[in-house]
Amino acid sequence: MSAAVYHSRLRQSAEERRAETHPLTWRLREDGELVGLAEYLDKDGYGAVREALAGDPEAVIATMKTANVRGRGGAGFSAGTKWGLTLTGGDLPRGYLVCNADEMEPGTFKDRLLMEQLPHLLIEGMILAGFANRSRQGYVFLRGEYRRAARALGQAIDEAREAGWLGGDIGGSGFDFDIALHTGAGRYICGEETALINSLEGRRANPRAKPPFPGQSGAWGKPTVVNNVETLCNVPGVLRHGADWYQGLSGGLSEDGGTKLFGVSGRVARPGLWELPMGTPAAELLDRAGGLAGGRDLKAWLPGGASTGFLLPEHLALALDFDTIGRAGSRLGTGLMTVVPDDQPMPALLRNLETFFARESCGWCTPCREGLPWTVRLLEALERGEGEPGDLERLESLARDLGPGRTFCAHAPGAAMPLESALTHFREEFEAGIARPAPRPVGEEG
Amino acid sequence: MATIHVDGRPFEVDERHNLLQACLSLGLDLPYFCWHPALGSVGACRQCAVIQYRDADDDRGSLVMACMTPAAEGTRIAVEAPEARDFRRGVIEWLMVNHPHDCPVCEEGGHCHLQDMTVMTGHARRHYRFTKRTHRNQYLGPFLGHEMNRCISCYRCVRFYRDHAGGEDLGVFGANDNLYFGRHREGVLESPFAGNLSEVCPTGVFTDRPPDGRYTRRWDLQFAPSVCHQCAVGCNISPGERYGELRRVENRYHGEINRYFLCDRGRYGYGYVNRADRPRLPEWREARGEAAMTLEVDAALDRGADRLRGARRVIGVGSPRASLESNHRLHELVGAEHFCLGVTRAAADGLATMARLQRQSGLPSPSLRDIESHDAVLVLGEDPLNSAARLGLALRQAVLGRREELAAARGVPAWNAQAVQTLAQDRRHPLFVAYPAATGLDGLAEATWRLAPADIARLGAAVAHALDPTAPAVEGLEEELAEAAATIASGLGAAERPLVVSGDALASTAVLEAAGSVARALARRAKPGGLSLIRAEANATGVALLGGRPLEWALDEIEAGRADALVVLENDLHARLPHARLDHALARLTSLVVLDHQRTATWARADLGLPAASFAEGDGTLVNLEGRAQRFFQVFEPSFLRPETRIRESWRWLHALQGAIRRRRPEDTRLDAETRDCARHHPALAAITEAAAPADHRVQGLRLARAPHRYSGRTALRAHLGVAEPRPPADPDSPFAFSMEGYAGRRWPRRDIAFAWAPGWNSPQAWNKFTDEVGGHLRAGDPGVRLLDPVPGAYAYAHAPVLLSPFVRRDGEWLLVVLPRLFGGEETSRRAPLIAERASAPVLALAPEDAEAMGLAEGATLELVTAAGRVRLPLSCRAGLARGLVGVPAGVAPGLATGQWGRLRPVTPRRTP
Repeated sequence: MSAAVYHSRLRQSAEERRAETHPLTWRLREDGELVGLAEYLDKDGYGAVREALAGDPEAVIATMKTANVRGRGGAGFSAGTKWGLTLTGGDLPRGYLVCNADEMEPGTFKDRLLMEQLPHLLIEGMILAGFANRSRQGYVFLRGEYRRAARALGQAIDEAREAGWLGGDIGGSGFDFDIALHTGAGRYICGEETALINSLEGRRANPRAKPPFPGQSGAWGKPTVVNNVETLCNVPGVLRHGADWYQGLSGGLSEDGGTKLFGVSGRVARPGLWELPMGTPAAELLDRAGGLAGGRDLKAWLPGGASTGFLLPEHLALALDFDTIGRAGSRLGTGLMTVVPDDQPMPALLRNLETFFARESCGWCTPCREGLPWTVRLLEALERGEGEPGDLERLESLARDLGPGRTFCAHAPGAAMPLESALTHFREEFEAGIARPAPRPVGEEG
Repeated sequence: MATIHVDGRPFEVDERHNLLQACLSLGLDLPYFCWHPALGSVGACRQCAVIQYRDADDDRGSLVMACMTPAAEGTRIAVEAPEARDFRRGVIEWLMVNHPHDCPVCEEGGHCHLQDMTVMTGHARRHYRFTKRTHRNQYLGPFLGHEMNRCISCYRCVRFYRDHAGGEDLGVFGANDNLYFGRHREGVLESPFAGNLSEVCPTGVFTDRPPDGRYTRRWDLQFAPSVCHQCAVGCNISPGERYGELRRVENRYHGEINRYFLCDRGRYGYGYVNRADRPRLPEWREARGEAAMTLEVDAALDRGADRLRGARRVIGVGSPRASLESNHRLHELVGAEHFCLGVTRAAADGLATMARLQRQSGLPSPSLRDIESHDAVLVLGEDPLNSAARLGLALRQAVLGRREELAAARGVPAWNAQAVQTLAQDRRHPLFVAYPAATGLDGLAEATWRLAPADIARLGAAVAHALDPTAPAVEGLEEELAEAAATIASGLGAAERPLVVSGDALASTAVLEAAGSVARALARRAKPGGLSLIRAEANATGVALLGGRPLEWALDEIEAGRADALVVLENDLHARLPHARLDHALARLTSLVVLDHQRTATWARADLGLPAASFAEGDGTLVNLEGRAQRFFQVFEPSFLRPETRIRESWRWLHALQGAIRRRRPEDTRLDAETRDCARHHPALAAITEAAAPADHRVQGLRLARAPHRYSGRTALRAHLGVAEPRPPADPDSPFAFSMEGYAGRRWPRRDIAFAWAPGWNSPQAWNKFTDEVGGHLRAGDPGVRLLDPVPGAYAYAHAPVLLSPFVRRDGEWLLVVLPRLFGGEETSRRAPLIAERASAPVLALAPEDAEAMGLAEGATLELVTAAGRVRLPLSCRAGLARGLVGVPAGVAPGLATGQWGRLRPVTPRRTP
């Protein structure tokens, strides 16, 4: 199998990864192969489920709230708070727990690692989340191209069901919960939680209006919690070791607790993934990746995927956490850094990114559907040197009108963020794409 | 109510509305596309952006979509803030990126919402300099054209077609800026409401295919407030005329009936008005079988009067598709004891039963709007989507109404269309359908029963008994039906507002009485429910209130030699009676006078034919199935462009004929005089004078305009006839002028609105300027006056055991059931070319099991022989048809009537085993 070439790579040795400091990755094998049920159980697997299911769902939510596990899909919303807002009880039907595994953010390959090599951690997290939210059924909405993850998850779900970790009356707790794996058909927008739900239901992958939020009316109109893979993978550790332990994991580097799967892609010496404390400085991450390849200098970097704003070399000192990066005018996003070397022209890079976003627009709301292709055309013109005076202003106004609150969902604002920041930091590169009017020979009428 | 502040001014609004609804209801102009008053909000187009402020101290605010923001108490917004205006202009610019700007050659031009909104937002200069995307178009059937390049992707078409009307064959394909709204494969759109897309679409993607390529801009059409004549629902329409032809029928908003939508029979069934073969001059036959000669009016009246004066006894045959005024004038001409309703005995009994039940069942007949607020529906022996399609659409909304209830319980406002749908999923109010065949509503139903008419009646009676033990029990009820009755009774009994729907589709008074019994049982349980009774023809309710005898009686009288002259009003007797007996009777007459606007088989046998006005050329009053009398007004004067034409309203002809018979000096009559006379003679119709404004009504001293003020070329309309420019025709019968001169505004509320136009609003969206709130009622009140309401009293249950014997299949004989058919099942619209093109092929339908038992294959030619005659048609195996029945689509074989028994004989060889 050529998987060793293609699957995402953790660049940390087994000695470095310890249970108390690397809750996400300590169980990973050195050879990168799948950790099966037996090995997972040997490595304290399902211990958190055993404990938590004996208790009260409210207690699970309380621990999660105290730990303040912030959503690892990119938005950074507290998972515990989200669970607390989910409607339960009364005459409400038991709803659904959906794992957002539609990892399609350009430059992001962290959930893939967890699902390909350690699927039982996700299953354990989902059982706990399902228990906390009184869900009856869990779904993993998996990016269709993640074939290896699909195999690993499918196998793990079968193993878990066989062993009684899924299905009716889990571990004699009276709680029943099962998981179905759903592979997507290849739309970036399915990563948006309400579009994901529509797609899961068999509808067009258009986002839904919020409110009502999925916690009130989600999949098939029932209360639904949607969490990212990495978020759910944090849950067993939090419940096993407690909120204080989790808070301490970041070691004072950040107000947020826990570790984060960080990564670097682009022209660096050692692209890959690292589980590091939340708040690790960007410079340290870049060091671990061996710095830029080929002796290039860093021109700019995206902190966490294509839908985050460009930061500059001077920002490398910043702690990688949601609030710090947010204050710097970007977003932590998925936490997987993309580096831009100094010989990379920005108009071409932006054209590439915006082409992706324009193609992946679901076509529901006007600004995104019509504004993004226009952006692409303008960038193409600038790239060819066929820009016209006013094009930069047009791009700026497009970026502004694609901003939050103006579009139906966060897709277009995500596309606008790198554009807006690139126009701010590298304006002269775009200006260079504006064609100069040909000098007019003297005496000739215009 | 809530107080909101718009641009600093306080307004009282309905807190259940969103801000867009609130602003539009206040009469403020705020542009929008994806929102529609009947479809709710989805926040897709982003056109209705406004700035919302947290409180009085907030001076920055944030941009929100008005359609997705509740009009909560204290909300502060700015519509005119520069940021909001700029954004709205930007949205239009985006929408225009791929729009072809082909307004001059676009059918929508002049009534295009996109044009209106573009002007409103001030987008006048295009900045996009790159290529546009293009699409291929599809053939979608005879009604609608498709031009996808104009699409602005507002999603209204699919939301109307799928969510509102339940169609499945129109969808959205693709993603990003490459969306395609169409069918999976090109072909005829299946929904009977597809034509509404021409009004729902805010631009020119879906447009009416102009008949014969004859197209007219909306501003060049002459309109009048009219009432659809193609079924008994009484939808309000605005027919538009140019050059002496109807060119378009638009929806005319009526807050209690059709509101925004029509069915396709109503929208496209007008083509019979334009037929070239229409009689336009009186025709006289010296002797039977001779070719007709045309006569001038006076000569025609004289000869007709001579003949009728010389007759021993004249019978007048009225018409359920003619106005009350015309029927009344005939009633007066011949006298009550010689007046025939113009329908068969079975139909007449049904009409009388329905009129009685509407007064005496204890439940009122709801308007279409009211139907939508019922929470359980029993359809007993009717196929609403075929016999009263717009009512069927209302039933769909009633059943889906559960969505809003469920949403309200979770604090989701009713206007949040997608959220409401998501929350409810497939939870609906219960609908029960009992009918001999499958119906278009079955997919929404909690349960359906495919039964013969007799068993439908028994089921209904059993439901009544289950609801109220004092209602007579049905003896010998099969277990299946008993269970069905229990299911229905518990569904209706649990509802707050149960609705019973029945009608004369099966020509069975037993079914109607059973429906009446269910209504009575519900009324006794003090349920504020409703009873809706469907008649097939436009004025069937009205003519039944006039009273008269059935057609068979007239035949009896003629055959017995007790009558020798017949005056037939707008009625093709050959579509109602077996031809052999009818022709035999007609041959015995000394004179047959026929008034009609169509060259029917009956017209062809007339000694004197008088060319009657269709709804487009005349005025009158109809009573719809709800019992609402409504006036329709003349759209155009046919003699203006065809001076040789002698078309008159039937009431005018009959008035003149009456005068001629009595040798009075000729004097004209007026609509108002006729209406008053009708009201005076028939107490049940006393209120009809209130149905619309009289002819002397003026607004600010002005008549009402029939044409928009931009109407062009008036002085050139007759240029091919002569250079002289005559005065526009006078209209003594209505307050409307045949002109753009007159009042057409909205400042002074009025009920009779020929066309909706408001400054800046040229599309049908202009109706929002005439209503008290969007989706509400016309500000001056909805037109018409209700005549049939429950009369308090203690009414007994119908107890007719003989009517309640079960259906027993006969060996070798088949019970004939005429199945209502939206396209092709109605006498006049069937003659419209577009409808003829859309009509299904005539067939004889059998249950597949029955066909199998007879060894017959689909498509085999069958001969059906009944006492009334024989007909040869191909076999159609119809899944769901009750066994032992043979179904014939309405309008296929005249004389064949539900309830007859017939024998079937294959004409092609049997299938080899």
